[in-house]
Amino acid sequence: MSALEIRNVRKTFGTTEVLKDISLAIDSGEFLILVGPSGCGKSTLMNAIAGLEPVTAGEMLIGGEDVTWRTPAERDIAMVFQSYALYPSMTVRQNIVFGLEVRKVPKAEREEAVARVAELLQITPLLDRKPSQLSGGQRQRVAMGRALAREPQIYLFDEPLSNLDAKLRVEMRTEIKKLHQRLGTTIVYVTHDQIEAMTLADRIAVMRDGRILQLGTPDEVYNDPADIFVAGFMGSPSMNFIRATLAGQPGSYRLSVDVGGEQPLVLPWPAERETPALVRHVGEPVTLGLRPEHFSEEDARLGDRIEGTLLNTTTTVVEPTGADLLLRVALGESEITVRLGPKSRAVPGEPIALRVDMSRAVLFEPETESRLA
Amino acid sequence: MDNIIRRRTPGARLLRAGLYALLLVMALVYLLPLVVMVLTSLKPLEEIRAGGLLSLPDSLTLAAWLKAWGTACTGMRCEGLSGYFMNSVSIVIPAVAISTLVGALNGYALTKWRFRGANLCFAMLLFGCFIPFQVVLMPMAQTLGWLGLASSTSGLVLVHVVYGIAFTTLFFRNYYVSVPDEMISAAKLDGAGFFRIFWRILLPVSGPIITVSVIWQFTQIWNDFLFGVAFAGFDSQPVTVALNNLVNTSTGVKEYNVDMAGAMIAALPTLVVYVLAGKYFVRGLTAGSVKG
Amino acid sequence: MSQTDSPPRRGANAGRHSLSGTLERVLPRLVVAPSFAVALFFVYGYMIWTFVLSLTGSRMLPQYDFVGFEQYARLFANERWNVAATNLVIFGGLFIVICLILGLVLAILLDQRIRQEGVLRTIYLYPMALSLIVTGVVWRWILNPGLGIQSLVRGWGFEDFTFDWLVDPDMAIYALVIAAVWQASGFVMALFLAGLRSIDDSLFKAAALDGASLPRVYWRIVIPCLRPVVFSAVMILAHIAIKSFDLVMALTGGGPGYATDLPATFMYAHTFTRGQIGLGSASAIMMLCGVLAILVPYLYSELRGSKHG
Repeated sequence: MSALEIRNVRKTFGTTEVLKDISLAIDSGEFLILVGPSGCGKSTLMNAIAGLEPVTAGEMLIGGEDVTWRTPAERDIAMVFQSYALYPSMTVRQNIVFGLEVRKVPKAEREEAVARVAELLQITPLLDRKPSQLSGGQRQRVAMGRALAREPQIYLFDEPLSNLDAKLRVEMRTEIKKLHQRLGTTIVYVTHDQIEAMTLADRIAVMRDGRILQLGTPDEVYNDPADIFVAGFMGSPSMNFIRATLAGQPGSYRLSVDVGGEQPLVLPWPAERETPALVRHVGEPVTLGLRPEHFSEEDARLGDRIEGTLLNTTTTVVEPTGADLLLRVALGESEITVRLGPKSRAVPGEPIALRVDMSRAVLFEPETESRLA
Repeated sequence: MDNIIRRRTPGARLLRAGLYALLLVMALVYLLPLVVMVLTSLKPLEEIRAGGLLSLPDSLTLAAWLKAWGTACTGMRCEGLSGYFMNSVSIVIPAVAISTLVGALNGYALTKWRFRGANLCFAMLLFGCFIPFQVVLMPMAQTLGWLGLASSTSGLVLVHVVYGIAFTTLFFRNYYVSVPDEMISAAKLDGAGFFRIFWRILLPVSGPIITVSVIWQFTQIWNDFLFGVAFAGFDSQPVTVALNNLVNTSTGVKEYNVDMAGAMIAALPTLVVYVLAGKYFVRGLTAGSVKG
Repeated sequence: MSQTDSPPRRGANAGRHSLSGTLERVLPRLVVAPSFAVALFFVYGYMIWTFVLSLTGSRMLPQYDFVGFEQYARLFANERWNVAATNLVIFGGLFIVICLILGLVLAILLDQRIRQEGVLRTIYLYPMALSLIVTGVVWRWILNPGLGIQSLVRGWGFEDFTFDWLVDPDMAIYALVIAAVWQASGFVMALFLAGLRSIDDSLFKAAALDGASLPRVYWRIVIPCLRPVVFSAVMILAHIAIKSFDLVMALTGGGPGYATDLPATFMYAHTFTRGQIGLGSASAIMMLCGVLAILVPYLYSELRGSKHG
C-alpha cells in the first residue's frame, strides 16, 4: 500500500489548466521531489496534497484512505513552508506545540514532543524566543520542528531552503537528508533547484506545464532523461544540444555534425545504446545531447590515453570554478560547454583537442523533443 | 531622503535657513486657530470686546469653560454641554467596538478564506465608504422610526455601525492581505478551524490595525454632525450638534469665550487621541490611498 | 490561494465533505453575510428608496404619488439649487487645487531631512482630527469682522484694512475655502509625504550621479512618480467637498442669505426643515451622481490594482 496515491488529478483556475491528469504513488518512507521551473504546477500539486486547494477532478489517497474531500486538518499531514510561516505572536515552544494542542494531545505528551524535537534539531536553547528573534536558519529549524512534533503520515516541504543563503542551504540540505535517513519519514518536497533534487531525492518527478514529464531515481533522470526538457533542466551547466544527422544502419550508426570545415565531425553511435526507433530516422536531423563532463582534454602531457572521437576546436572562454574548469569551445557556428579537470591549461583563443565520450550520449527527435536513444 | 553629499556653499546654507523659516511660519499659521481658541476661552468677556485676537489674557479665568460645560444655553435648554458630551461617549464606545470587531472578521474572511464572489462582495461593501450620506438620510429616518430607535442614542449607534463597517472592513482587509497566506495554511494543517485561527493566529498580530480602526472610527463618530442633527432627539444629541446650537443660540449677549470653550470641549477628545497616537491616525487616513 | 477557486461542481462534491469540512466552507460566507445584507439594505436599498422618493410629490411626509421627473425639473429651475451647485464648483475646485499645491509643497519641504520633522508634521495635520463643526466655530470667530483678524490688523494701525468675507455675499464662499483648506491640507501633505517616502532611494542617487539639481530631480522625476497619489488625493478631496455639510452649517449657516449654500445643505434644508422631501431627494440623487462620476474610475483602478497586489 502506498503512503500517498494521486489518481488522475486535474486542477483548473478559470480557463487555465494548472494540473493536467497527474498520477503518482509514493511508498512509505520515500523521499519524493517535485522539481520544475516556476509555473509548472508543482506548488499547486503540493497544495492539493495538503488540502489547501480543492482539486477539479481526480482522487487522492493517504494510507489507502480516500482523502480527496477532506480538510487539511483531517489529512494528517505536516508542511514546511518556504516563508516558514511561523506564528509571530507565539514562542518557538508554542509554535511547535500548537498543532498538538489543537488536536487535544495531553500536556505531558506535548512536553515530551517538544523536548524530543528540540533535541533532534538542536533548538532547545531557542524554545522561549519569538520567531522575530531568530535567524533564517533557526526559523527553518523551528518550522521543521513544528512539522516533526506531530509525527504525521506525510511531510510536505515547499521550497524550504530557498530563503537561506548559499552556505546555510547546503548545510540544511545535508541535515534534511540525515533526518530522513534517521526517521524514515515519507516526504514530498518541492523545489526548483535541480541540485537539491539530485542530492536529496529517492525519486524525482520533473514537472512542466502541469504534467509530470519523468518520474525516476536521480540517476535515471540525469543519465536517462525522457526528453530534451528534462535533459536540459537537470544538470548544471546544462547539457549541450548539438544538431546532427543520423547515418548508417543498425549496428553501425553514425552521427555527422557540421563543424564549419569541409569535413563534418563524425561520431559513431555506440551499438549498446541503439534503439529500434533509430532506423526510421536515418538521413534525418536529430539532436545529440552531450553533458559537459562527456568531454575530456587530449593532452600529451597528461599521459593517459582516453577513448573517444577526437574533436579539434578553439577555446573561446575559460571559467574556472575552483574544483574544475568550464570551457566554452566553438562547434561550427555555435558553442558548447565543456567541463575539464583543474589541471587543464586551456587558454581563450587557443586551439584545443577534446575527446568525446559517446557512451553516455543521448539522442532526441528535434521536432517532438522526445527521446530516440 | 537620501544622504548624498551636497555642496555646502554659503548660498546653500542660506537656502536651508529659509527653508526652516518657511516651515516655521507655516506651522504658526496652522497653529493660529488653536491658539486663538484657547486664548479666547480663557479670557473674560470684557477683554474680548476690547479686541486683540492674539493678546494674552490679563486675567485668566476658567469661567467660560465651566459655563460651557454646565450652564450654557443650547437652544431652549441651559444645561451646558456636559450631558451631550456624555451622549457622544455613549454613542462612540459601542459603535467603535462593534464596527471594529465586525470589520476584523470581515477582513479575515475576505482575505484568508477567499470564496467565490469575495472580491465582488468586498467591492460592494467598499462602495459604502463613498456614498454621500445625504442619499440615505430620509430612508434611515423612516427605518429608525419603525424600529422605535428614532431620537435615541441606540439609533445613532446603529447608524454609525452600519456606515462604519465599510471603513473597518477596508482597513482590516488591506492589513490581512499582507499577512502571509502560508501562515494560515500552516494553522489549517495544524488542525485549527476558522475561529481558532482568527483568535490565536491573526488577532495577536493585529494590534496596529485595531488601533488604526479604533482611532479612525472614534474620530469619525465623535466628529459626526450630519447623522446627529438628522436623527437625534433633544436628549440624545451628540456634542457636535449641541456645540452648533450653543454657538447659534441668539438669546442674550454673545459670549465668544463660552463658544470657544465649548469648541475646545468638543475637540479635546479627538485632539488628545491625535497627539497620543498620531502615527496610527495618519495610517488610518492614508489607508488604501497610498499603496504600501 | 491567489485566485478564487474554479467553479467546483458543488452539487456533486458537497456530499463528500465531512461535517467539519462543510462547516469550514460555509463559515466564511456566513461571517460576511450580515455585513453584506446590511450594505445591500442600508446602502443600495436606500439609494433606490431615495430615488423612488425623488419621483414623488412628497412634502412633509414621504408619500408615493408618482410625478415622474418633475422634482428634477423643479430642482434645475430652482435659483437656490443653482447657486448651491455653482458654489460647489467654485468651492470644490479651489479647495482641491489649493490643498494639492500646499500639500505637495509642504511635503517636499518636509522631505529635506528636517530636524523636528515629526513635530512639524503633527502641527500641519492636527486640524484633520477636529470636527468640522469646531473648525467652523473657530474660523467664524477669527473671520468675524468686528473682533477677528480685521480688527486685529486695524489695531496694528492699518485703519483701512478690510477683511469681511464672512459677511460679504460675494466673498463668503472663499471664507469657506480658507477654513476647509486649513482643515484638509495637512492630510494631503501626509499623503504626499508617504508617497515621497515610498520612492526608491536609488532614484535620487542615480539622479545625483547624473548631476541633476534637486529642483530638477523633483520636477522631472519625483513629481511624475506621485501621480497615483495625486489621483487618490483628488478623489478624497472631491468627496469631502461634495459631502461637506458640517462646515457650512457652523461657519456661515449657508448665509448671508443662501450665498454659501452647497448641495449638502440644500438637501438637508429641503428634506428636514422646509418640508420638500421630494425635491430634497432629487438633490440627494444628483449628489450621488456627482460622486459616482468621480468614483467609478477610481474604484475601477483600485480594484484592478488590488488584484495584482
